[in-house]
Amino acid sequence: MSFATNDSATKQSAGVAITAEEIAESGSTASEAVANYAVQLGDDALMLGQRLSWWISRAPELEEDIALGNIALDLVGHARFFLTYAGTAWGKTEDQLAYLRDEEEFRSARLVEAENGDFAKTIARQLYYSFYSYELYTRLVDSKDETLSAIANKALKEVLYHQDHAAVWLNRLGLGTEESARRMQAGLDELWPYVGELFYDDENTAELAGQGIAVLPSSLEEPTLERITRAITEAGLEVPTSPTARGLDRSGATSEWRGYILAEMQVLARRYPEAQW
Amino acid sequence: MAENTTTLAAVASEEDAAGQENFDRLIAEDSRIEPRDWMPPAYRKSLTRQVSQHAHSEIIGMQPEANWITRAPSLKRKAILMAKVQDEAGHGLYLYSAAETLGTPRDVLNDQLLQGKAKYSSIFNYPARTWADMGAIGWLVDGAAICNQVPLCRASYGPYGRAMVRICKEESFHQRQGWEILYSLSHGTPEQKQMAQDAVNRFYGPALQMFGPPDEDSPNSKQSMAWKVKRFSNDELRQRFVDMIVPQAEALGLTLPDPDLKWNEERGHYDFGELDWDEFMSVIKGGGPMNVQRMARRVQAHEDGAWVREAAAAYARRQAEQNQPAKTQLIGA
Amino acid sequence: MTENTSTSNAWPLWEVFVRASRGLSHVHAGSLHAPDATMALRNARDLYTRRNEGTSVWVVPAEAIAASDPDSKGGFFESAQGKSYRHATYYQQSEGVPHL
Repeated sequence: MSFATNDSATKQSAGVAITAEEIAESGSTASEAVANYAVQLGDDALMLGQRLSWWISRAPELEEDIALGNIALDLVGHARFFLTYAGTAWGKTEDQLAYLRDEEEFRSARLVEAENGDFAKTIARQLYYSFYSYELYTRLVDSKDETLSAIANKALKEVLYHQDHAAVWLNRLGLGTEESARRMQAGLDELWPYVGELFYDDENTAELAGQGIAVLPSSLEEPTLERITRAITEAGLEVPTSPTARGLDRSGATSEWRGYILAEMQVLARRYPEAQW
Repeated sequence: MAENTTTLAAVASEEDAAGQENFDRLIAEDSRIEPRDWMPPAYRKSLTRQVSQHAHSEIIGMQPEANWITRAPSLKRKAILMAKVQDEAGHGLYLYSAAETLGTPRDVLNDQLLQGKAKYSSIFNYPARTWADMGAIGWLVDGAAICNQVPLCRASYGPYGRAMVRICKEESFHQRQGWEILYSLSHGTPEQKQMAQDAVNRFYGPALQMFGPPDEDSPNSKQSMAWKVKRFSNDELRQRFVDMIVPQAEALGLTLPDPDLKWNEERGHYDFGELDWDEFMSVIKGGGPMNVQRMARRVQAHEDGAWVREAAAAYARRQAEQNQPAKTQLIGA
Repeated sequence: MTENTSTSNAWPLWEVFVRASRGLSHVHAGSLHAPDATMALRNARDLYTRRNEGTSVWVVPAEAIAASDPDSKGGFFESAQGKSYRHATYYQQSEGVPHL
């Protein structure tokens, strides 16, 4: 079936960028320590991608279904890069890590596990996470670990757009109607206690940061919060002042959300753990 | 549906008569009708309905597959499925764009859907219960859609044809990914193969019905073909589809649930059994297993999004009053 | 046609033009809805360049486009018909002469 005679006005192509398959085949093997760090980065992206993907078919307008879908796709892509690389340390695939690890073995932050809530809360979470990950990847591109650096390089360009998406909506909701401002403020407030966890220096990451491989989380706090503060203020809203929620080690010990996410995400893969899909 | 165009022309003004003449000439030449051309009111009405129903089908069609995004059994499959469902939103938008050029704004078309006044493809009123359904939907449902859509790339209405070209290009990946899901399953464990066969069994009949009722029960087709919107009859397209999928099913190692399916040497086509048209009519009339849920979810998304759309519109008005220029650079970059 | 009237909060229509690669003109790709130009650009990126179709995007409010009338009995474009001397192929005697 050919429709070549009736060509569309624009041309398509796959483009060139790093893929999970390339990382798997590259032959680079992560050390145990690097793998644990990569798992942390991958789990954040995976959980947020999983949460965001729920919006596809439910967004406030069809154009937004596509916008949120693009962001979720980018994030699942980042998760695949990091988990694939992490897996090289243990002879595991991205899917074995994503689907066959238990709740206690994940290392995602509570911010990205949080429920979607309304569109404003989802935008609040996007704002916090994308501004943080922009600062993170800006620095991770200089990692002495070539694979982490390559992943950060790809992710950084995508996160630039996620950041813009969050900021554009923050402005519209903050300065839109009374109701949208109220909801946006509520979303910011509700998630604020979970922002601090992003800047917690666990032992492994701190050690890798000393070696120029990882980015020290606490070093991201000031630049991230400064820009978040500016964005929130420009949108006519208040920067929340509530304290950070206790339990910063990403162990899952203080998260009720993680179990529900995994129950849904892993249900089929767990039912047939030997199967290929 | 279609009012008789010759009658219309007979009572029309001189201007309309000239317009009709020009329209008839363009159709006869196999040229294209463009938005600002004069066109018979019945052509406009019929196309608005066809293109908007097509758009609605894409939008409602997101739901059965979106249900599986969060449960996809591998990250690669999750990404593929997300891209596919997202494409469907895109296809809905391309089609709404085309429909809008006929003079009805998108929010009006959308209201027709939400109020239950507009139809969408009834295949989406069946549930997607298992992962294999993602395969069957891609292979059979998108396969049937592509069969239908490829000739529509040459539809006489320019914007519709152009939307279809873009959509067909993108959908070729949809069908292949579906087939590959089924291939993995049919070459997997016995449970996986059973899951695949079960999905094919459920989607085969409804997929064949996507081409619409048999030609003798499809009174609108003739006018649509005269207008060169439709290029082949329902039964012709259905036959073409069956001929296509039989060898594809064999390559999958799966069977099609039709005891009457066999090669007819004389016709050079596969014969296939009578489809359940009573079921088809009952699903169209709202009696499908999922009609209520599909509509409810669409309505809820629209209602939940109302305050967001309002906020953005209010913000835009204020920016316009203050003559604020567009932000062309990425914020924060 | 009252049934065809949008509600006041409906986002306006924008026409989208995409440049496939450097050196080419922007080409009309389709349309979309967005509350303002900033969002229209983003939506255009998401909707019309998911497969690497573009390196540059324009958005124009649909209502800002003035279009020629197709019903002007051919008068609009007739003048260009038949003036073959505007085209190089009209000039036959120079055929075969180098660099001409």
